[in-house]
This record gives sequence, structure tokens and C-alpha cells, in this order.
Amino acid sequence: MQTRSVPETDIVKRIVAEHRARPGPLLEILHAIQDELGYIPGGAVPVVAEGLNLSRAEVHGVVTFYHHFRRSRPGTHTVQVCQAESCQATGAEALAAHARARLGIDFHETTANGHFSLEPIYCLGNCACSPAVMIDGQLHGRVTPERFDALIAAGEKTT
Amino acid sequence: MSTVVYVPGDAGALSLGAGEVAQAILTEAKRLAADVTLVRNGSRGAYWLEPLVEVTTPAGRMAYGPVSAADVPGLFAAGFLRGGAHALALGVTDSIDWFKGQQRLTFERVGVVDPGSVADYVKHGGYRGLTRALALTGADIVQAITASGLRGRGGAAFPTGIKWKTVLDQRTAQKYITCNADEGDSGTFADRMLMEGDPLSLIEGMTIAGIAVGATQGYIYLRAEYPHALRALRTAIAAATQARYLGNDVAGSGRRFDLEVRLGAGAYICGEETSMLESLEGKRGEVRVRPPLPAIKGLFGQPTIVNNVITLASVPWILEHGAEAYANFGTGKSRGTLPIQLAGNIRRGGLIERSFGLSLRELLYDYGGGTATGRPIRTVQVGGPLGAYIPASQFDTAVDYEALSGIGALLGHGGIVVFDDSVDMARMARYAMEFCAIESCGKCTPCRIGSTRGVEVIERIIQGIDAERNVQLLEELCDTMVQGSLCGLGGMAPFPVQSALKYFREDFRARAK
Repeated sequence: MQTRSVPETDIVKRIVAEHRARPGPLLEILHAIQDELGYIPGGAVPVVAEGLNLSRAEVHGVVTFYHHFRRSRPGTHTVQVCQAESCQATGAEALAAHARARLGIDFHETTANGHFSLEPIYCLGNCACSPAVMIDGQLHGRVTPERFDALIAAGEKTT
Repeated sequence: MSTVVYVPGDAGALSLGAGEVAQAILTEAKRLAADVTLVRNGSRGAYWLEPLVEVTTPAGRMAYGPVSAADVPGLFAAGFLRGGAHALALGVTDSIDWFKGQQRLTFERVGVVDPGSVADYVKHGGYRGLTRALALTGADIVQAITASGLRGRGGAAFPTGIKWKTVLDQRTAQKYITCNADEGDSGTFADRMLMEGDPLSLIEGMTIAGIAVGATQGYIYLRAEYPHALRALRTAIAAATQARYLGNDVAGSGRRFDLEVRLGAGAYICGEETSMLESLEGKRGEVRVRPPLPAIKGLFGQPTIVNNVITLASVPWILEHGAEAYANFGTGKSRGTLPIQLAGNIRRGGLIERSFGLSLRELLYDYGGGTATGRPIRTVQVGGPLGAYIPASQFDTAVDYEALSGIGALLGHGGIVVFDDSVDMARMARYAMEFCAIESCGKCTPCRIGSTRGVEVIERIIQGIDAERNVQLLEELCDTMVQGSLCGLGGMAPFPVQSALKYFREDFRARAK
């Protein structure tokens, strides 16, 4: 971790410098960090705080407020299974149970081999094609357990 | 001559394989040396027909659907490029029953145009509203919006013209136009469809708002769950800027308007307008105490219009055709049209834009065709996770603001989620509290603590522990949350719970299963 933290700090500093002049830049900066590193490393918080003249607590407070920001390194593929009402009406609970069993992890966890992270999500806006799943930003509709397994199998090939 | 073929690039269509269909069409066209121009349009909103492929023919646009990549060679063999007969042929798109009765004003171009092309937008009537607006005073534009009867389509239904008038009347150097594109309600996807299928109408609506009230900067606050909409908006903003419809000389008027997309980060509460403003400022999305109203002290402390995507995207139509033409649609105080979204367990799900006043029954059975599972509809939830569950006995209620509030329900953003008779309403009630607990911003106690206690109480009821006393406790808790919460999240999260208790009491008794 120690060897990795040096370049990460440089990346964070560069991102802060790129965005600091914009109005209300903190969320934009956190998005840019997560897009580049996959998550918001703990070490980024003081760097961002110093760059924006905020307290560490303020930056930490924002990172932890939003479900989208991760504080640990995610798996190669992020699998989001919608758990909102429209998907519940079409079997999302059973699909979630299947996903947990197939991947052998619970929500908010990453498989031991680091290939998959499993997350609940509350509405992907695909409610006429429920239940919905998003994998690495790709949306899938009317997902049956069989289709879920096929998507995971395809993901295994690209890890 | 090249044949134009449309395959939606809409996220919902892609989720059903539209990307593979588009690729298969290009591959087959190359193999057969057929001259095909592929356009990635938005979705027309008939999701049970997606991926819906259209071909331009002398008779009009002919539709085929639902098409899978495996169907593509057969479609070419059947001569679909000339509208040839095929098992998936649906005829001229506009003559399909589902579309025929619709009144598409705000969605007139969605699924029709190439979303990234200013030229195509203008060809289909785009920017006529802005041209009209540039010839008017700010007060006249605001008056037109007021006279149209347009109310906020995000859910609060506040008269748009009054909001704009308040901002117009402020004397400050900097004002803002913000678009609330944090469409978080389950069962809703109208904002997403519009941003992906006709983003320039939103851009034009925001530009008109800026010209009207004297704001030079706009922000679209988009939820992070919509990466496809983000790409569509960024492409359209770049195209509009290049065509000088955005920037320091809007359409040659000498007026300035700049627009930027800002991404949310997965917080439902940021759909509440003051929370959205906090988030836009880069802070925790905690609700602000009102007053002051955002129209007086909003983004960065300046007067700010906060409107939903559909509200702003309806503005160009109103300016182009006149306030009266818009107000001629609708009923009572619900003027204009409403994009209704049919979702959940429904055979024919999708988007229907019609005048206010259609009954739930017409929507659920005539348009929707009943449930996808073929079982009876037991209940629908209208208006997202804070909306009431409506029993089948009330399906003759009209879908407008007043009629729904008359039965203790709310229209919200116009989403209808359908459940069949296998639904367990005590579990849905527990979910309503769970969702509130997950998404509460934590600022006020009734919402932060009440939702967690609510989950626990309903869990005890489900387990059959002292059910009668716990139901009474739950009712009192709901009252406390409704009366004591700072904003609509804690204040309305009890609505689905209370309606489940009222209409489906049997699900809270006799849990000894």
C-alpha cells in the first residue's frame, strides 16, 4: 500500500488543481478521483481538504454521505442489482438472493478473487423492463437468474 | 440511395439488446452491400416492443419489434429495408394503437430525432420556442408560462410561472437556472428517456428560462445512475454550443447562457430541491430550512430556478405554440399533458403522454394490458417510494393532481408501479421505512430515527409479535413522522405505510405462516 500511496497522492493533487477554480468543486473532484482510481482512498481526504481549504471532517462528511462513493477498492466488475419497488414487483428479491448465492457474497462485499463487487441500487430508471441490473455501467433489463449467470460468466472471461 | 434505419440508443432499449441489434444490422448490410445509414434515436417508450427498429420508407417510418440480433438476417431477407412483410412487422410506427391515442407535446421528438444533432432538432421544430422568446420581454415569457398553467412535473406541482416570476423580480447580478434531473422514484423514467432521446429540448427550455429571468448560467443536476443520459447531455451541450445556441451570443441575440452537467452521487434525498442545491455546491445533501425560498436565496445564495426535466422541456412547446394551446389540454387545475410511466409487473410497460384526466383503469388495462404474470392486479403505487398504494377498488380515479390527492394519494412524477396478487403489503410497508432509513439525510429526528423504528415495528408485526399493539404504535409513529419531519422524505415516507394499513389490513394480521 505504501508504494502505491505516492502516485495516488500525485493523482489526487492533479485532480484538485484541475477543478479547484470551479464553483462548488468538491463532488466533481471526488467523482474524478473515483473514476480514475476506482474508489476514494483514505489518503485522498487530507489532500483534497488542503487543496480546497476545507477541514478533513468536511471532506470525510461528504464522501460518506453519498452511496456512490466507495472507500475501498472495488472488484474488477461492479454488479448493481436494483432493489426498488418496480423491480420488487417482478422478483428482485429472488434475483438478489440468487446473485448472493452465485457470487458467494452479500451486498457491499467483493469476491475473494477480487473479480466482482455486489451492490444494491435503488432505481436504474429501467422500470418498464424490470428487474434491472447494471454491470460496469451497462444496463440489463428483464434479468432472470439464468441471464444473470450468463452475464457473470461473460464477466469472468474479462477479469 | 441510402436507407435510414433507426435503432434506439436509449438505455432501456440497450438493456434489451439494441446494441447487438445495431451491430448485426451493420454487419449484414456490409455483407449484402446494402446502403444503410444507421441512426441511434431515443426510445418511443413502448418498451415491450424494444428493441424497436424503424426503417424510413415512402409510406413513412415502418416499425419492427421486438427485434433480437438473431432476427436481423431474416429481416434483410424479407426486404425490411423497403418495409417488407415479416413476423415482427408492426406497420407504420405512428399507426400502432399504443401511439395513436397519445398526445405527445413534450415527447414529440423523443424516439423520432437523432438526439445529438442540432440540424435534426431544428428540422423537427426545435428552437422555434427560443426564437419566439428572444422577441419577448422577460416578463412576457414568464406571463406565457403562468398562463399555460404548467406546474412542476417533478412531483410538487408548484405553478412554474410563479416560481419564475419570483426569480425575475430579484435584483441581483447573478441568477441561476438549475434542472433537477435526480429522477430517483422507482417506476419513473420519463426524465431519462427525454435526456437520452431529445436532450436539446431540455437545453432549449433552460435557455428560455435564462433569457426570461436574466440568468446566464445553468446547471443540470443529474443522478449518477444515468451514465447514458450523461453522455447524451454532454454531446448535445457541445453541439448546441458549436451551433451558437449556447454561449455568449445565444442565437445571435447578444445574450449569454452557459450550461453544465453536474453529477449526483447516489442520494435519493438530493431530488429534494434544497438538498440538491447543497449537493450542487459540493456539500452533503442535507435539506435546508425554508424560508428563504431557492427563488430568493438558492444556489450559492443567489436567486435560482429549480425545475424538473419535464417541466423545463415543456417550455419550448409552450413558447412555440402559445400558452393557450397548452392550457387547452388537461382538466381543472391540471393543465397540459403528463408523461405517465407504466412500470413493474405490467404486460405493456412504457411511457404514455396524454392530457390529464385518464383513469388508472384505462392506463392499466387499455394501455398496459394487465400484469406481465397474467395474475390480477392487486395494487399500484403511484408517485414513487413516497406515494400511496392504491387498491383496485379505486382504479376509476383520474390521473390528475386533484383527483389523486382526493383519495389521499399523490401523482408525484407520474410513475405507476403495478403489483399482482402475490404482493405482501406488510413487506412493502417495511421496505418503505427501510428505504427512508437508507436515504434519510439525518438532519431531523422524526425521519432519521423514526424510519429505523418503523422498520423494527413492522418487522415485529410480520413476525406476529403483539401485532395489534404494534400496528397501533406504527400508526402513531407515522403521524409523528408526517407532522414532524423537515422535508417530504420523512414527511411522506409514511404514506405507503398508512395506505397499506388502510386498504390491506389483512396482510398485517394472522402472520402465523
